[in-house]
Amino acid sequence: MAISHDAHTVKQFDVLLANLRNLVLEMGGLVEDQIQNAIQALDNEDVAAAREVIARDQIINGMQVKVDEDSVSLIALRQPLGSDLRLIMSLSKIVTDLERIGDEAEKIARMTVKTYDGVSNSPSAKLLRDVHPMSKLAANMLHGCLDALARLDVEKAVEVAKGDDELDQEFQSALRRLMTYMMEDQRTIGHAINVLFIIKALERIGDHAKNIAEYIIYLVKGKDVRHVKMDVLVQDALEGE
Amino acid sequence: MSTMTVEVKAAVNNTLNAEVRQNPLSSAQITDYDHRQTVGKITVDHPKMTCRNVNVYYGEKHAIRQVSLDIGANEVIAFIGPSGCGKSTVLRCLNRMNDTIPICRVAGEIRLDQDDIYDKSIDVVQLRARVGMVFQKPNPFPKSIYENVAYGPRIHGMVDGKAEMDELVRASLERAGLLKEVENRLNEPGTSLSGGQQQRLCIARAIAVNPEVILMDEPCSALDPIATAKIEELIDELRENYTIVIVTHSMQQAARVSQRTAYFHLGDLIEIGETDQIFTNPKHKLTEDYITGRFG
Repeated sequence: MAISHDAHTVKQFDVLLANLRNLVLEMGGLVEDQIQNAIQALDNEDVAAAREVIARDQIINGMQVKVDEDSVSLIALRQPLGSDLRLIMSLSKIVTDLERIGDEAEKIARMTVKTYDGVSNSPSAKLLRDVHPMSKLAANMLHGCLDALARLDVEKAVEVAKGDDELDQEFQSALRRLMTYMMEDQRTIGHAINVLFIIKALERIGDHAKNIAEYIIYLVKGKDVRHVKMDVLVQDALEGE
Repeated sequence: MSTMTVEVKAAVNNTLNAEVRQNPLSSAQITDYDHRQTVGKITVDHPKMTCRNVNVYYGEKHAIRQVSLDIGANEVIAFIGPSGCGKSTVLRCLNRMNDTIPICRVAGEIRLDQDDIYDKSIDVVQLRARVGMVFQKPNPFPKSIYENVAYGPRIHGMVDGKAEMDELVRASLERAGLLKEVENRLNEPGTSLSGGQQQRLCIARAIAVNPEVILMDEPCSALDPIATAKIEELIDELRENYTIVIVTHSMQQAARVSQRTAYFHLGDLIEIGETDQIFTNPKHKLTEDYITGRFG
């Protein structure tokens, strides 16, 4: 049974559910901004902008707490069942992953501060060459799952889940290249390790986005597709579509 | 805020507006009876009762249509659905309580173990001893607590002598979780008890004749939450020895006490399944709409 689009008899319940979903989407938008700003600060060697990203993480943390509080009171006061229950449980899990994506953006910003501290030389461009393609993939995945959440679109969620493999492969090749640079020239090791943390953060964003996509499939289809093989996920998600 | 956020908010507002615009189904709109088939598995491995193609008519009115389902031995099955959906009618078919309504006609087959309960050879009084019933409002006889429980076993000639009857009355009250509260006042009228105690007295009365199945028609709707909790705990204990069918308007109660749930709507059995599946992931839209409070 897909999710019902009819209104509840108790209209206030619809309003509360819509508010909760909007809050999660708003939080998603902020997290997207954080990633974008973190990458931009890195590109522009802008330590001040990076510090701003670090400071803004608190707002996202606060939103996570708010969504969880609202979910608990909805469960206590409205005793949601069926798709309403799945919606609330999924949103509560989604914000956990969004908050962690926010933490990854903060990590990238911290690495920017560390790298461009004004004491050591800037890293060479080749060390940073994998950051851009990986950040594009990660940002696309996050954008895709927020889109899927807004439209309750399982096909889109499946697309996001599938995208994680590509990001993982990019990470593996980036890692190999970094190791080669480090072996070629030991003076790059300091910077290379910072870059390693950055690409690891991007890889983790992909994992969290995949989790979010799985919660969306659960919310719409009622099937738990965590820890299953990709072909099972696709089959469960698209059954009856 | 980035353009993404604006875009997403616009999308969500569109879906939400669509949700609000669409009115819930009114009962008049639902007319596709011919194509309605029960969703979910109607059979169980060890059925105590089986209903097949049960139809009930009140005069001209076709109240129950082609209902088929199994009631498993030692399970609690809950019948849910909006008022007038037929859940109580189906419940009353299970011990032929509908026989008392002159214009009511039941077609189809209902079996208790192997016995067709609508067969001519069936003694209805015996049947109702095997399939007992507890009603919405506690309805103790205007007699003592003791006599309320002793009445059934006496008319069925189940016991021999006072000592045996005393033992049976105490055992039934004990099973109904009431003995401790009433053992020193067995000769006081049943009506002197609180509502929750009266309902447990009615359950004691029902189990005194050693039934196999107990039908409960909204047994807690007149009780406070504490008395309700006691009945629900009792239902769970009784399941060891009896099969229980419960009709309830409280979905939370159905969720708490039953292992399987059947959803009825306008005389049709719409969906049946494991309780946990019905309340988290129902397959039929009508079930989903009912349990999430989307019409009615």
